[in-house]
Amino acid sequence: MTTAPTGLPVEEDGRPEPPPPEVPADQDTLPAPPGASRALLGSLLSPRRGRVLVAAVLLLLQQGAVQAGPLLVAFAIDRAVPALRSGVYGPLAAVAAGYALCALASGGLQYAFVRSSARVSQDVLLDLRDRIFRHAQVLSLDFHEQYTSGRLISRATTDVESLRELLNEGLEELLAVCLSIVYITGLLFYLDWGLGAAALVSFVPLQRMVRSFQRRSARVYSKRSTAIAAVIVKFTETMNGIRPVQAFRRERANDAHFDELNGRHERVNGDAILEMARYVVSSRLIANTAVAAIVLWGAYRVASGGLALGVLAAAVLYLRRLYDPIDRLGMFLNSYQSAAASLEKIAGLLAQRPSVPEPACPRPLPPRPARAPGREVVFEGVSFAYRTGAEVLPRFDLTLPAGRTTAVVGTTGAGKSTLVKVLARFYDPTGGRVLLDGVDLRDLATSELRRGVVMVTQEAFLFSGTVAENISIGRPDATRDEIEAAAKAIGAHDFIAALPDGYDTDVRKRGGRISAGQRQLVAFARALLADPGVLILDEATSSLDIPGERAVQRAMDTVLQGRTAVVIAHRLSTVEIADRVLVMSDGRIVEDGTPQELVAGSGRFARLHQAWRDSLV
Amino acid sequence: MSASADSPSQERPRSVVRSLLRLWPYVRPVRVRLFTAAFVAVIASCLSLVIPLVLKWLVDGPVAGRDPGGVWLGGALLLGLGVLEAVLFGFRRWLVARPLAGVEAAMRSAFYRRLQRLPVSFHDRWPSGQLLSRATTDLQLVRMFLAFPLTFLLVNGTTIAVGFVILLLQDWLLGLVLLAPVIPLVVLCSLFETKYSKVARTAQDQVGDLTTVVEEGVLGIRIIKGFGRNRSQARAFATLSRSLRSTELRKARLLAGLWALIMALPELAIGAALVLGTLQVADGTLSAGTLVAFLSTALALRWPVESIGFLIAMSNDSATATDRFFEVMDEPEAAQGDARASAPRTESVREDGLRFEGVEFAYPDSPADVPPVLRGVDLHIRHGETLALVGATGSGKTTLTALVPRLHETTRGRITLDGADITGLTRARLRELVAVAFEEPTLFSATAAENVLMGMEGGGPAELDRALGVAQAGFVRNLPAGAATEVGEQGLSLSGGQRQRLALARAVVGGPRFLVLDDPLSALDVHTEALVEAALREVLATTTALVVAHRPSTVLLADRVALLSGGRISAVGTHHELLHTSAEYRTLMSGSPQEGHGPSALLPADAPTVRPAHGHEGRPAR
Repeated sequence: MTTAPTGLPVEEDGRPEPPPPEVPADQDTLPAPPGASRALLGSLLSPRRGRVLVAAVLLLLQQGAVQAGPLLVAFAIDRAVPALRSGVYGPLAAVAAGYALCALASGGLQYAFVRSSARVSQDVLLDLRDRIFRHAQVLSLDFHEQYTSGRLISRATTDVESLRELLNEGLEELLAVCLSIVYITGLLFYLDWGLGAAALVSFVPLQRMVRSFQRRSARVYSKRSTAIAAVIVKFTETMNGIRPVQAFRRERANDAHFDELNGRHERVNGDAILEMARYVVSSRLIANTAVAAIVLWGAYRVASGGLALGVLAAAVLYLRRLYDPIDRLGMFLNSYQSAAASLEKIAGLLAQRPSVPEPACPRPLPPRPARAPGREVVFEGVSFAYRTGAEVLPRFDLTLPAGRTTAVVGTTGAGKSTLVKVLARFYDPTGGRVLLDGVDLRDLATSELRRGVVMVTQEAFLFSGTVAENISIGRPDATRDEIEAAAKAIGAHDFIAALPDGYDTDVRKRGGRISAGQRQLVAFARALLADPGVLILDEATSSLDIPGERAVQRAMDTVLQGRTAVVIAHRLSTVEIADRVLVMSDGRIVEDGTPQELVAGSGRFARLHQAWRDSLV
Repeated sequence: MSASADSPSQERPRSVVRSLLRLWPYVRPVRVRLFTAAFVAVIASCLSLVIPLVLKWLVDGPVAGRDPGGVWLGGALLLGLGVLEAVLFGFRRWLVARPLAGVEAAMRSAFYRRLQRLPVSFHDRWPSGQLLSRATTDLQLVRMFLAFPLTFLLVNGTTIAVGFVILLLQDWLLGLVLLAPVIPLVVLCSLFETKYSKVARTAQDQVGDLTTVVEEGVLGIRIIKGFGRNRSQARAFATLSRSLRSTELRKARLLAGLWALIMALPELAIGAALVLGTLQVADGTLSAGTLVAFLSTALALRWPVESIGFLIAMSNDSATATDRFFEVMDEPEAAQGDARASAPRTESVREDGLRFEGVEFAYPDSPADVPPVLRGVDLHIRHGETLALVGATGSGKTTLTALVPRLHETTRGRITLDGADITGLTRARLRELVAVAFEEPTLFSATAAENVLMGMEGGGPAELDRALGVAQAGFVRNLPAGAATEVGEQGLSLSGGQRQRLALARAVVGGPRFLVLDDPLSALDVHTEALVEAALREVLATTTALVVAHRPSTVLLADRVALLSGGRISAVGTHHELLHTSAEYRTLMSGSPQEGHGPSALLPADAPTVRPAHGHEGRPAR
């Protein structure tokens, strides 16, 4: 779903929202409300409260079974031995039965616990991955343009991974540690309250030590996760641009840069490991001192007759176990810190509100009869400025009647792309509104909006999967016949049919085997198949050769008949199929008319057209 | 890429060790510290075993004998051992902390270096998400393995052995009772290992696939948004992450079973020993102190025994991670020149230009029944000449250009630069001679100036200005920080036309001897294109150039034109000649043969075709 995750405020009322906060997307950690990461963790776990409870109970019982051992030892020494000496076998039989029961129970409960806790942690991870992915999809393009893809990827991979570690090992550790400490302290009290109190006192220095470790390691882990994100960004960039990397012999320079980033990560990583080492030493030191002190005191009391020997034996066994989990607590804190750093980043990402938000109460588009001439677009007092304040489109009004094809021309930076991006609602206008058949674009749910407006962009990215799957992105429920019909209409059928597996050919990584021109044809077929109310084509014919372009134009000529279309063309040949031409300069529409009118005039378009006729041999 | 399929399972137990042994070259530099650390760990663990003995002595001696002095001595001994143990624990970790972070970094660096030098065909096959998950998650696993399972398998093994010796020495019967579950445990562990490693591999591969989907979801965001496909994309993602979840649950089930056994079996043995021991204490054949010490030792051994399970699981995961790492590292790096013995080391002929001789090319992974993309290309681009390469969409033009800088290797035939076979040149030298501008202009996260100057070692501001002038990339000066503005993935996003002009500037900046331009002007508007062409003409006058062209205007930059058709060069000549002689060429240049544009309607090739449309704007300053 495209709604914001639970726990995060959703306040869209369709009104022009206040300018979104400056996105410092060049920072790895986006600002999140305080406590957001804890709230996130809570929202992930709370739907699974029942299961968490079951796991906790299982662990409780399991610890009970595990910790009964020394108690049985004490019982054996203090009760069974004297009983045996007087020929009574009952207590010994009880010890035997009790021990066997505990052994089997601890095994069985362990099995049940591992499975049920794995279930919880996998469900949480599934949920979190989904949220990140969906949220990344919902966030607006301007966010994506600033927050790099490498960062997003590392949010969804390494950061989730560190939470996985926490859930898989850490949470169990924590529960086991807490339970065993409570149990053992309780048993010590039961055996002898003095010994119990002594053990409790030893937790004071331990607790302080754990605290200070927690503080220091939080810093280290946050640094480490930033460092690995930088490594990932560099890695991804290199692998995606491997052709120019090799052609321009960037290998060495890249090696050096990568080594620098990698080295930084290595240092911070080492710091983190050392922090852990420090923890282990101090916890062991405190624990062993405490054991020695308590044993000494106990032994002294036994020697002076104040304590039974069996009790001391059991207490000694318990004491050894009491401090063992402290090390494991460190491991938990370890994974908790790195997960917390990651969670904070994830929470920061999830807290980003799309600057192009979903409407709170979406309105439907008026129904469009089967043969209706597309939809009408009205720009009403629209203006657009970047967040930095630079105005790209000064206020303007424009009506694109239904069923007409409009070409937008102008030099680079004239504002053509921005105009159509506002129309496609990749951006929201800073002022005014854009109406599609009378409905404000901001009131349309995404699915409705994309039935209304589809944009074919310049970059013809192919997703992994087959050619057919790539085309059917336009309309996922399309039949094979419809897909082929779209490909035929655009002139892509021949090359697709010639591929090894035809429409079922896997395009592999970024369409490695399909040329740029062919990819554009696929992109066109996609748009055709989508059959939107308004079709936007942005510079989309640039990689086609002339026959390809002509084929597309012929197809467009028929396809665009009776459809509202906006075409950004660098090639004036494309303009020929338009009913109307808008010439843009510095964000303003400076000329507006039919191609014939403008060619006949003496404006910019006439001059551009002349230049084009000259270049067209 | 699912190499899991071809590793027979019966080989698995040994191959885990073999996989892990391959880490040796990376571990070698830190071996002294690593071994010292393991040694320290063994000592520390033995200390943990000595402590119960001290306890025994304390209980049987001073306590039973009511000897306060002895109690103090025992306490002091206990404290001393405890402190020593703690210090040794810390020392071990300190020893390996930095070295192991170093091993991880070194492996990652080696991985990255290797990947940069693997041929483009490799990268076509491998999604970068798969590579990334190997470089991060898998290597972290390897480091963890070296830090814990490796040491602790040794340490715990030793501890268990020493512990049992102590136990047997104290009371051989009780010792044997405790030893009993070891054999079934070992058998069960190895059974588990076989199953687990398969599931672990599946899980890791699924993580890689998931990473790929994430990556596509981010990189293809414009299309996804443009078509409102967020949901179906999310669904595809959800499907994958659900199957990952079920694999992880399968893993957990196996692990749970192993855990249960590892917990229950030794506990049963301890119980049996307790019963036996109690009987012996009652008989008076065993002292209470010995029984306490014995059980305390047995309990001290519990963690080492229990840990074997997850140590084995971790070792398995790490072995899989290592396999995945080496799967990439084992890919043969592109040959560094002089590779083909057959390539005659022809003395380079000065000014022979660029020659293709019988060049064939088929993608390495294309099925055998698909004809090669290029089927015998013969072409000679004379020294100083500019040749336009024209062909229908998908005819192999881009492939042909990729062969010159050896981004792909010719399957047959050869390519020579000034008479020298390109396979006889080192890649570095070759790519120094040949500069390329790709159809898809990729900029790196660096300043605009750095992006351009990548094309030239030691280029300065003068060269930068010249190149920006040629590419009509004056817009750079208007960027927030001028040519020092960060662009690319981490910086300002530029439009397609802007990126293309920077990429063109990068190609021409070094004044390369050979220039390969793949449709370098496709994203430019007519006006800018005309200006770039005018400036480019000067550059082309002094280099040997191969220019892929889609439009007559680009073709007119060239001295001659070659038509690529059916994997061969079907015609070579001037634009004018080809218009007259080749119907296919006519079609390509005019759209459709039956349309009105006869040759007569076209301008002659030598006519001054580039006329600035409105000369008052944006002329180059030069």
